[in-house]
Amino acid sequence: MKPSTRRRLFRAVLYVIFLVAVAALVIVADWETIATNFLDLGVAAEQFPTIITTAAKNVVIYTFIAFVGGLILGLTLALMKLSPVAPYRWVATAYIETFRGLPALLVIFGFAYAVPIAFTEWNPPGGSTGAGLIALIVVSAAYIAETIRAGIEAVPKGQVEAARSLGMRPSWTMISVVLPQAFRIITPPMTNELVIIIKDTSLLFIAGMALGDRELTTFARDAVSQHANSTPLVMAALLYLVITLPLTRLVARLERHNQRSR
Amino acid sequence: MSEYINRKDVPAIAVQDLHKYFGKNEVLKGIDFHVNQGEVVCVVGPSGSGKSTLLRCVNRLEEPTSGTIVVEGVDITDREIDLDRVRTKIGIVFQQFNLFPHLNVLKNLTLAQQRAKKRSKTEAADIARKNLAKVGLAGREESFPNQLSGGQQQRVAIARALSMDPDMMLFDEPTSALDPELVGDVLDVMRTLANEGMTMMVVTHEMGFAREVGDRLVFMDGGVVVEQGKPKEILAAPQHERTQGFLSKVL
Repeated sequence: MKPSTRRRLFRAVLYVIFLVAVAALVIVADWETIATNFLDLGVAAEQFPTIITTAAKNVVIYTFIAFVGGLILGLTLALMKLSPVAPYRWVATAYIETFRGLPALLVIFGFAYAVPIAFTEWNPPGGSTGAGLIALIVVSAAYIAETIRAGIEAVPKGQVEAARSLGMRPSWTMISVVLPQAFRIITPPMTNELVIIIKDTSLLFIAGMALGDRELTTFARDAVSQHANSTPLVMAALLYLVITLPLTRLVARLERHNQRSR
Repeated sequence: MSEYINRKDVPAIAVQDLHKYFGKNEVLKGIDFHVNQGEVVCVVGPSGSGKSTLLRCVNRLEEPTSGTIVVEGVDITDREIDLDRVRTKIGIVFQQFNLFPHLNVLKNLTLAQQRAKKRSKTEAADIARKNLAKVGLAGREESFPNQLSGGQQQRVAIARALSMDPDMMLFDEPTSALDPELVGDVLDVMRTLANEGMTMMVVTHEMGFAREVGDRLVFMDGGVVVEQGKPKEILAAPQHERTQGFLSKVL
């Protein structure tokens, strides 16, 4: 058999396997049960508009707070980790290793329930949801710090030398020369961080939430038990994608734009 | 803090008994070296001879292990010196250009003027445009470095250093990373600078440039200055065996 014939035959076999698998799924699946349990339009209609105006909106707000907070704290930690002063490096390393090693769920639980027991004057804004958000910031900062540190170290040494030899102070060199280039380098991993935070907002339920504080997952769980129907779960899933997909597309475009000046 | 005063009656650069170790490796083994004001000194030698390290020590991009480096009468190895202030007086041009890739040409030239010299935006831009014209790149203000050829990038780098109004310019193998056909433009700019009386220290492999433009040629090998003198004389009749060996390979 000629190599080209063999390749074509192999390709045909792959198609056949695919078609058989799809056909089997279609035949085996109980479409009526699926439709009533996951795609009940009546139940779906009842979720509007709260699922958007409260649940999806809260996901966006929580993500924004956790990401911006994580960015500020993460940048601080990254700079501490690169500091010439050893104790700063130790603190940053200990922080990063600790919070990268712990499950986010446990940290959120800790900030919402354990910390208030230990420190009675601890009274975060936003109540238990606020405490949970602080936990999300604390966790995301650990990951973001490592990403930023790697970005800073990826900027060629010659850039710092050029800026310093022009008489620019270390702080200005960092702000005007190193960080802008570092952030370009780490755009892809930072997008990952952002998407992870979006999904991690679903862990906030463990903090216990007032009705108006609920995000998509908590909202959907409540609706599922209320209607004994899984449609709200499907809606939540779709809404998560509505939030994440444009975001990742946008970042991909930003990245192409940045290539111009790299 | 010792005040930085530009004195015209002292050498631009005076290096004494400079030693530099990288770990256990001694790269500079007691260098005595000077550049007078208005003088063009070309430093040549095989790779690994320490010539780039010497140049980088002059504005303390490398920390000397021991010895003194006096720039315009000020000992820059003094811990109390305002190093950033000294550095604005010493322009450096690197082999790899080291332009800021995220900034356009104009911002490359104005950034340090605004940050280190506290010039206003318009004043910095005026000076930048003047220096861009000087290196033959007027009108390229909005280009990004990666849109320029290597030779153009290096000329932007020269203009960037000149925009700080330095008293001297140090060139660290400025044409070594360039395609051969682009070397000429960069050397022309350097020749113009030399003719204007700029104090220059040039680490280079361009023997033609050294012969034609250099006031003095310094040959380094193995971390020491082996021989120095008028470029034409050294290139025609090197006294030291190691100089002869090196020149016979590169000429």
